[in-house]
Amino acid sequence: METALKFPVLTPAMPEIIMLIGALAILMLDLIVRKKDFIALASLILAGLVAYNVFGAAGETFGGMFVADGYAMFFKLIFLVSLMLTILISIKYIEVERVNYGEYYSLALFSTLGMMIMASAGDLIVLYLGLELMALSTYVLAGFLKHSLRSNEAAVKYFLLGAFASAFLLFGISLTYGITGTTDIRAVAAYISENGLSENPVLLLSVILFSVAFSFKIAAAPFHMWAPDVYEGAPTSVTAFMSVGPKAAGFAVIGKVFLIAFASAKLSWVQVLIPVAILTMATGNILALMQTNIKRMLAYSSIAHAGYALLGIIAGGAEGMAGVMSYLMIYAFMNIGAFAIVILLRSEGFQGENISDLEGLSKTHPLYAALMLISMFSLTGIPPTAGFIGKFYIFVSAVNAGYTWLVVVAVIFSAISAYFYLRVVMYMYMREPKEEVRLTTSPAVNLALAISTAAVLLIGVLPSSVIDLAMYAAAGF
Amino acid sequence: MLPQVLFLYFAFAIVALSLAVITRKNPVHSVIFMLVLFFHIAALYLTLNAEFLAAIQIIVYAGAILVLFLFVVLMLNLKEEVTEHRYISLWAVGVLLSIAISAIFLMTLSSIPLGAKGVFSPDVIASETHTVALGKLLYTEFLYPFEIASVILLVAIVGAVVLAKKRLKS
Repeated sequence: METALKFPVLTPAMPEIIMLIGALAILMLDLIVRKKDFIALASLILAGLVAYNVFGAAGETFGGMFVADGYAMFFKLIFLVSLMLTILISIKYIEVERVNYGEYYSLALFSTLGMMIMASAGDLIVLYLGLELMALSTYVLAGFLKHSLRSNEAAVKYFLLGAFASAFLLFGISLTYGITGTTDIRAVAAYISENGLSENPVLLLSVILFSVAFSFKIAAAPFHMWAPDVYEGAPTSVTAFMSVGPKAAGFAVIGKVFLIAFASAKLSWVQVLIPVAILTMATGNILALMQTNIKRMLAYSSIAHAGYALLGIIAGGAEGMAGVMSYLMIYAFMNIGAFAIVILLRSEGFQGENISDLEGLSKTHPLYAALMLISMFSLTGIPPTAGFIGKFYIFVSAVNAGYTWLVVVAVIFSAISAYFYLRVVMYMYMREPKEEVRLTTSPAVNLALAISTAAVLLIGVLPSSVIDLAMYAAAGF
Repeated sequence: MLPQVLFLYFAFAIVALSLAVITRKNPVHSVIFMLVLFFHIAALYLTLNAEFLAAIQIIVYAGAILVLFLFVVLMLNLKEEVTEHRYISLWAVGVLLSIAISAIFLMTLSSIPLGAKGVFSPDVIASETHTVALGKLLYTEFLYPFEIASVILLVAIVGAVVLAKKRLKS
């Protein structure tokens, strides 16, 4: 067998290539530039440049291992938006935490590169490697507060359980390879439907192994145990990043594997995902009720939101996938908006992680209290915020696919969630300030807050902007 | 007949050695059992005509990774380690769960469709040799995953350096 060495076409992968070169350059820039603000600025410009290029990149290359389509484009936009917002809220925060290393930004860039590779993966091996690149960078970021035991614990826990989840993923990939003889996602789909393997027990086993690995990545129950501890221990800016980017990347590969590769075995994976979705919504919403630490509460809230988004996957088709994608985009804005306020509370010598630290914020800092209020309303799903639109489209797609009872369950849990989101609002507006809380404001955090709040309100009022783009992106399903 | 006998020996030896690794109280014994385990896995690769993988298994696992394990053992207090309890109190639940999972795996065993699939059947590998086939693929078709792997290694190095840096003053 002679294989001619032909240089692959690189244009579809241009965003990734720019990202890689830029991340390497920023890593080196750290040696020359003393002021870390410049490195943050350079990372922001790079992210913007990559986002601009994402729009132009289309087609596939590397023998179908890299696919740049509308689906990948939309997910890459989510990753880049969350990256840019994370950088904005990090600049001041990592200075306060005294971990102001330039590598922080390079690692965030590498992690985003991994997510982009996942969203564009046309092959299970590439999917796995992208996931490892994303995860490895995030493990280090979670442990960035080296002097803090909680941060060390977060990093070690995330690393060990993440490695465990990777093993499940690899086992699933190898079983799929064993029965189909290929790792190419579309070739797997073709082989399964041509040979009538959709009922095969080995395939079902492989589906279960994939579900375990992906549930871990999106923090779905019963594989969510790591999330509260890791979210609480990691630096708050990294928690904001972790709760959006890797979760969205997890959904990107769930869409690829379940809705494309295992499309003809939908009956078997829906059976696995329905209990997971219900359990996820239940644990997330019920356990969030009794949290006193706001980062832990947002961790459980993030678990619950993964449960809602799973409904879109269960519904399947273009409508369901478009629902998931627009939901994740909206979630990026509202969640990072909420974390930005948590970051403001942290100042020299003050942790500011308890929900009670927010008491009376409306009296001392009315503007920031109002911004937190909008984020909390959006996370609950109250109109006219974007959170309502996101939930609405997911639930509609699930009803149209015939899962009305599942939507009823989701709405009940959604109502429960109002208790803990609105409790934050109650603390801010109906209690007297206990002590003088000094907010660590900076222009960058203010900018991030302005962008996320504007997006939450704009998408809430004019949903078509995001929904149409998501519909176009998911047209292939 | 001979390949089956060899396979059976290596398969059972690997399971037995893995059990030995996790049950020994003395970490040094565990590491030694692991070394023997790595050699058995390499031999199993050889029976599958995967000589390159076998060599890598010896060089990387037995050569490099085992040394890392020894570094960790170096930092342990062996005298304390031997007297401490090896398992949490719920170990029986774990054993039951693993037996159940193995049973599920065994049940699916019969439904694996046999026969060669894809381009690289055993005959193709045998005629071309595993090393040649792998080398060709790695630098042509699998160029992209190969490059991603290099970035992953870079991130690992950067991460190790960051975590080893001194704490900033203010």
